Amino acid sequence: MTPRRRRMVAMTGGLVCLVAATALVMTAFEQNMLYFYTPTQIAAGEAPEGRRLRVGGLVEQGSVRRTPGSLEVRFDVTDLDRTITVAYAGVLPDLFREGQGVVAHGWVSADGMFEADEVLARHDENYMPPEVAEMLEERGHPPDASLR
Amino acid sequence: MRLPNWLHKLASPPHFYRIAGRIEPWMLWSGLAAIAVGAFGGLLLAPPDYQQGDAYRIIYFHVPAAYLAMQLYALMAIGSAIGLVWRMKLAYAISAAAAPVGLAFTGLALATGMLWGKPMWGAYWSWGDARLTSVLVMFFLYLGYMLLHASLEERSTADRAAGILAVVGVVNLPIIKFSVEWWSSLHQGPTISRLAAPAITWDMLWPLLVMIVGAVLFSLAVTLTRARAEVLLRERGARWVRDVVAVGA
Repeated sequence: MTPRRRRMVAMTGGLVCLVAATALVMTAFEQNMLYFYTPTQIAAGEAPEGRRLRVGGLVEQGSVRRTPGSLEVRFDVTDLDRTITVAYAGVLPDLFREGQGVVAHGWVSADGMFEADEVLARHDENYMPPEVAEMLEERGHPPDASLR
Repeated sequence: MRLPNWLHKLASPPHFYRIAGRIEPWMLWSGLAAIAVGAFGGLLLAPPDYQQGDAYRIIYFHVPAAYLAMQLYALMAIGSAIGLVWRMKLAYAISAAAAPVGLAFTGLALATGMLWGKPMWGAYWSWGDARLTSVLVMFFLYLGYMLLHASLEERSTADRAAGILAVVGVVNLPIIKFSVEWWSSLHQGPTISRLAAPAITWDMLWPLLVMIVGAVLFSLAVTLTRARAEVLLRERGARWVRDVVAVGA
């Protein structure tokens, strides 16, 4: 084996081991690498109890209820299967509206409600002028109806 | 495995110095022209987005910066790998030249992403998002490479030690790329680089593509300029360098 060949084998082998190790670590920590849980996962008890977590989904149409004279707001987050009610007091992002994807950070209270101290809006990977979005809406394909 | 002959010829420092000096201005000026056209198209001609209004226009800087940040990392790592296996000094010089450029583009991608995140998501940053975290890791890999390289006195030791770090960090590139598909994230999924048709209308897409081409040309021109300076520094004892400096070319 020439020295050059030895160096190449050593480097390739090293990289293969490194990739394998990284893949193993990522598989082992998969649960902890979830950025948010869906309402279905929380209902099924897959989310860790008594720990801060994030819930992600769409804001249910017609579910936003504001308390007059305060920043308190309640809304339902759905993954089109199960739904969880989120209670939040604070400023909502500009993109927040019914039908929009959101991620709320907080914890599940004893009565099954989600107490959030941060609500972030998700936007999708679609970019189009407003006229195109209107056209899609008219044809029954609203552009932001799905949360990936 | 041997490297092809033409590559060996190109890798001779005086030859590289001459060729790179000839290509570099073309890349620089065509790159700057493309960036000007792309910025004009993206900021003024493209229509506003149905959801994000005018704020989405930051993609014309954010996406090229993030793309280049990853491409330059790949260049730096490939240069280091060639240097480590084939002991090609020019490859090390190119890696060292690419690192600060890549670091700058990574910083730009992070900064523009945060400026975009505040109005759209509602936060500059969200810890736990795999895309954001893996790009931040790349930022520190670039920084680590440069610090390690600068801290070792002996240049060949510095090249090898920093080169190993660069090659190890390659693991991070697919993690960045697929982070938004493997895990749930705040960051949206890919718009252009996916199997289905791009999820963006043509009048918004073309300025972005022009910007990406411009950014590639510009960053390569800057990297080549830096690589030429690096070669001069590394070969300062050689006769051809004295000739070059004497002529002033």
